[in-house]
Amino acid sequence: MAELIVKDVTLAYEKDNIIENIQLELHDKELVCLLGASGGGKTTLFNVISGLQKPNCGQVLLNGEDITGQPGQISYMLQKDLLLPYRTIEDNVALPLLLKGENKKAARKKAGEFFKEFGLEGTQKKYPKQLSGGMRQRAALLRTYMFSKDVALLDEPFSALDTLTKSDMHRWYLDVMEKIHLSTLFITHDIDEAILLSDRIYLLTGKPGRITDEIVVREPKPRRKDFNLTEEFLEYKKMILEKL
Amino acid sequence: MIKKLQNTTSRIWPAAAILMILAVWQTASRMGWVSAFLLPSPVDVVKAFINDFPLLMSNAKVTLMEAFFGLAAGIFIGFLMAVLMDRFDKLYQAFYPLIVLTQTIPTVAIAPLLVLWFGYEMMPKVILIVIVTFFPITVSLLDGFRSADADTISLMRSMGASKMQIFWYVKFPGSLNQFFASLRISVSYAVVGAVISEWLGGFYGLGVYMTRVKKAFSFDKMFAVIFLISAISLILMKLVNILQKKCMPWETKN
Repeated sequence: MAELIVKDVTLAYEKDNIIENIQLELHDKELVCLLGASGGGKTTLFNVISGLQKPNCGQVLLNGEDITGQPGQISYMLQKDLLLPYRTIEDNVALPLLLKGENKKAARKKAGEFFKEFGLEGTQKKYPKQLSGGMRQRAALLRTYMFSKDVALLDEPFSALDTLTKSDMHRWYLDVMEKIHLSTLFITHDIDEAILLSDRIYLLTGKPGRITDEIVVREPKPRRKDFNLTEEFLEYKKMILEKL
Repeated sequence: MIKKLQNTTSRIWPAAAILMILAVWQTASRMGWVSAFLLPSPVDVVKAFINDFPLLMSNAKVTLMEAFFGLAAGIFIGFLMAVLMDRFDKLYQAFYPLIVLTQTIPTVAIAPLLVLWFGYEMMPKVILIVIVTFFPITVSLLDGFRSADADTISLMRSMGASKMQIFWYVKFPGSLNQFFASLRISVSYAVVGAVISEWLGGFYGLGVYMTRVKKAFSFDKMFAVIFLISAISLILMKLVNILQKKCMPWETKN
């Protein structure tokens, strides 16, 4: 059971509010998306939720516990894959466990159990630069998952990939999510991606950024292969475009 | 295969250039264009090298030892300063200008002072080498630490990493490239530093050998020892390269 609640969060930088009165909820096993234009404070909000930045006011609650301004509670995957170039993929993935004080052997073993599920077999001993962008993203996601199996924040996880790799990764991602049931809050500025992946979508708009709307995508999971070509999909897209 | 071929061809030209210079030099001495007393021929130099080989080696051993201890201490101090200055910004502000200042001191000028203070044994030589080698090490490591990617550090913090962990997992390995670049410079500084300090006072070492043969006007031996010093520096740099490849296996993987 994992539940994340963000209450009345406001954060200012040099007297200007960047985000204001943010309220959001992430329920167990939900995939919720935060959609908004670049520079609208989405990353700032994630920095607050992850505890890297302290908000001027408001609270972040994880399973009822106040974790405002405390890093190390929620998995956070930043925009780039940020794999350490001098560690092998398995050591990169095992990093969160090593940081928690587990020994190398046990950490590698634990991480190794998920390589197959994440489609990373055979990459254990490779270095990040030997992998393609898509594979690196998978490794980064597995590392995020190794840190916490409750709640993950993903900041535009697929934005750096080319269109074809991206749609591959979407399918792969939905697939993995079916298996691991991670509660995920993720950022995107790509409307199609938001509709395709999420159970719910929050729209973050304006300056300062506020959550102006919430859209529930009532398409059962696993999603149809051609969901993004259907009437319903277009309806959602139209609705979001009007609200943005 | 092709790569190997390219490697050999790329080595042909510098080798040819060196051979040509040697040939011109040898002919010039042979034909009496320059006096053999002032500029001994390459063959004479090789002969001197062979004749004095045991003496050169025993002196080289002393010089190498000084260089080694000086460099080891230089690396240790450089590392320590870089870590502290990275960790505490006030220390950085206070000491960075001072460290730069130490590099403006001419080595040759303080070497005699060091001899006066610390005697003719190994101590003053090691100290001089520390002074010339810790600087590139400190600066390169500090640069490496400070240029660690801010997003990577945010990621580590979000995973609850302590400052110590961020240092060992991100900053330190990320600075290795710069560290080895500075180490390559420092090894040759160390050898040259040892020789210079031996000129100015000492009983053994290649620098002492140099002053002796200079006073005896044995220019063939002089050239022999100069080549030996160059060769030592080159070998040490090569060793640093090998060490770097061993320490940074991810650099060579493709």
